[in-house]
Amino acid sequence: MGLRNIVVTLKVTPKPEEIRFDPVTKTIDRSKATNEINPADKNALEMALQLKDRYGGRVIVVSMGPPFWEPFLKLAVAMGADDAVLVSDRALAGSDTLPTSLTLARAIQRIGDYDIILTGEESSDGGTGQVPPGIAEWLGIPHVTYITSIEIIEPGKARVKRTIKGGYEILEVDMPFLASVELGCNTPRFPDFRRKRWAEREFKLKTWSIADLGLSPEEVGFKGSATTVDTLMELKPPERLRSRITGAPDEIAEELARIIRELLR
Amino acid sequence: MRDIWVFIEQDSGVVEESSLEVLTKAREIADARGYLVTGVLLGRGVRGIAGGLGRYGAHRVIVVEHPILESYLGEPYASVMGDLIGERNPDYFLASATRNGRDLAGRLAVRFRTGLQAHVVNLDIAEDGSLVGHVPGFGGNIVAVVRNVRGRPQMATVALGVFRPREAWGEAEVEVVEAKLDPSKLRARRVEVVRRGYVDLSKSRRVVVGGMGTGGDLTLVRELAKIIQADVGVSRPLSDIGVAPKDIYIGSTGVSLNADLAVIVGVSGAPHFVSGIRNVRTVISINKDPEAPIAEYSDYFAVGDLFEIIPKLIEKLRRGV
Ligand SMILES: Cc1cc2nc3c(=O)[nH]c(=O)nc-3n(C[C@H](O)[C@H](O)[C@H](O)COP(=O)(O)OP(=O)(O)OC[C@H]3O[C@@H](n4cnc5c(N)ncnc54)[C@H](O)[C@@H]3O)c2cc1C
Ligand SMILES: Nc1ncnc2c1ncn2[C@@H]1O[C@H](COP(=O)(O)O)[C@@H](O)[C@H]1O
Repeated sequence: MGLRNIVVTLKVTPKPEEIRFDPVTKTIDRSKATNEINPADKNALEMALQLKDRYGGRVIVVSMGPPFWEPFLKLAVAMGADDAVLVSDRALAGSDTLPTSLTLARAIQRIGDYDIILTGEESSDGGTGQVPPGIAEWLGIPHVTYITSIEIIEPGKARVKRTIKGGYEILEVDMPFLASVELGCNTPRFPDFRRKRWAEREFKLKTWSIADLGLSPEEVGFKGSATTVDTLMELKPPERLRSRITGAPDEIAEELARIIRELLR
Repeated sequence: MRDIWVFIEQDSGVVEESSLEVLTKAREIADARGYLVTGVLLGRGVRGIAGGLGRYGAHRVIVVEHPILESYLGEPYASVMGDLIGERNPDYFLASATRNGRDLAGRLAVRFRTGLQAHVVNLDIAEDGSLVGHVPGFGGNIVAVVRNVRGRPQMATVALGVFRPREAWGEAEVEVVEAKLDPSKLRARRVEVVRRGYVDLSKSRRVVVGGMGTGGDLTLVRELAKIIQADVGVSRPLSDIGVAPKDIYIGSTGVSLNADLAVIVGVSGAPHFVSGIRNVRTVISINKDPEAPIAEYSDYFAVGDLFEIIPKLIEKLRRGV
C-alpha cells in the first residue's frame, strides 16, 4: 500500500503581532517581523511526515514566494521532507488567490505522481483559505477542507476526519486528492540536528520560474489576478478603560467582585 | 437586471443563520441599486422552506433537491452550483464564510476564473458595478479594501455575525430545478457524522473565557461562569488540544463575541484572538504577566495568578452577586 508523492504547500508568514502599519503611506511594514513557516502548514507537513512514516512515499514541499523563503524550505527538509521546490519569479508579485492556486497547481503537476496534497487551512497573514480548493479545482481532483486526520483504508482510498459545525464528519475520498489541514491538529516535530546541518549545507532545493511551469506573465501577478487592493486600513482596537488592578490576590478578587457586581446590576 | 446570488446553506432542512445575514445585506445593496436577489438552496426536501427566505430579502429562490444534497458535501454542491451559475450567468455570488461556504466558493471561483473576496466585514457594489469588500488580514487588525476587477460572477464570502438578518420583506418566488447528479461518480463520500451539540456564543450576553494559562483545566472557569450566569468560551489552542469543543473558541477563525461582559483569564491576547472581542461592551481580564498584550484590550486588567484570584472571586460573588 505504498504511497506515491505527498505534496505539502508551504507558505512563509510574518508573525502578525510583529507587523506594523504605517498610516501615512498606508503600507504594512513587515521588516521588523519574524518570519515563520505558516503555522497551519507546519501541521500539514507533520501530517505528511506521519503518513510517510506509516505508508511510505516521498514528502515534497512546494512554495510560491521570494528567494528569502529558502531557509524555511530547508527547515522543512530538516524536519523530514524529501525534497523542496520554490517557485520564484518577479512576475508573481501581487498575485491573489487565483494565480497563486494556478501556479501551485502547475508546480504540483510538474512534481507529478502525487497521491495526496496537503495544505494549511489558511495562512496567518492573508488568511483566505481559498488557495486549497482553488488548487484542487485547477488539478481537477477532489478536495476536503479542515481535516484533522488521514488514514489509508485501501490502495487509492483514504478516510479523513473533517471538522464541521458542532462536531466532525468522516469522509472517504479517492486518491489523488487535496486536503487542507487544521491548525493545531498535531504537534510538529523538531528537526533532527544532523539532518538540519545537512539541509543547510548540502541540500539543494529546486527553484522554478513561471516559464518552467509554462506560465506567461499575463497569467500571474497583478495582471493575472481578479481582485485588486484599493487601500489598506488599520482597525484600531476599541477604546478601553485599561484600568490595572494589582495587589494581593484577595484585594484583586475584592475589587473584581465589586466591578462585576456593579456591571451585573 | 443585475442579479445577486446568495448561497443558502442548510443542514437537514435547517437554514444556517449566517446565510440569512448575507441575504439581508444583499437585499439592502440590491434595493439601493435596483438589482435582484436570488437565494440558491440546495438540499433534500427543502422546497417548503424556500418561499420564507423572501422575508429575509430574497426576491426569488432557486431550489435544487437531491438526497445527496441533504448536508453539505463539496463535490455535488460545487457540481450543482457550478452548472446553475454556468447556465444563468449571475453577476454576483455571495456565501457566508462558514467552513462550507469557503469550501464551495474557493472551488467555484477557480472554475469561473473569477475574483473571490474572503470573509468580508463590509460589502458594497460600486457605481461601475464592481464588488467592493473589506477583507481583514493579519488576525483582523488590518483591513484591505478589495475590488473585483475581472470575472463573473463577482464573488465574496461574508464574515459571520457582521450583518443582522431582518425579516422585512414578503414571500419569495420559488423555482425548483432538477438536480443533474450521478452519485456513483462522487470521489468523496460521507460515512459518518458526529455532533455534540452546538452553542452560539456570538449571542451570549456574558462569557467567561479561559486560555492556555488555565493549563487546560476549565473547572474554575466553569464555576465562575455559573455564578455570573455566563457561557464558557476558550482561546483556540484549548480547542485544538481537545479540552473544549471547536465551536466555542473566540477569534478570527472562531466566534466573535457581542457580549455585555467578557471575563478573560489566562489568555495572552494574540491578534487572532482579540479580533473576536472587539464588540464586547466590558472586558475584564486576569493574567499573571503584567506585559500581556490583552491588557491593551481590557477595561479592567488584573495582574495575578488566576488559580489564586478566581477561587476568592467566586467566594466573594457567592456571598451575593
Ligand atoms: C491562522 C491563525 C489563526 C488563529 N486563530 C485563532 C483564533 O481564532 N482564536 C484564538 O484564540 N487563537 C487563534 N490563533 C492562535 C493565536 O495566535 C494564539 O496562539 C492563541 O490565541 C494563544 O492562546 P492563549 O492566549 O490561550 O495562550 P498563550 O499565548 O500561551 O497565553 C497564555 C497566557 O496565560 C497567562 N498565564 C499563564 N499562567 C497563568 C496563571 N496561572 N494565571 C494567569 N495567567 C496565566 C500567560 O501569561 C499568557 O499570557 C490563530 C493562529 C493562527 C496562526
Ligand atoms: N504562496 C504560497 N506558497 C505555498 N503555499 C501557499 C501559498 N499561498 C497559500 N498556500 C497554501 O494554501 C493554504 C491556505 O492559504 P490561504 O488561502 O492564503 O489562506 C496555506 O496554508 C498554504 O498551505
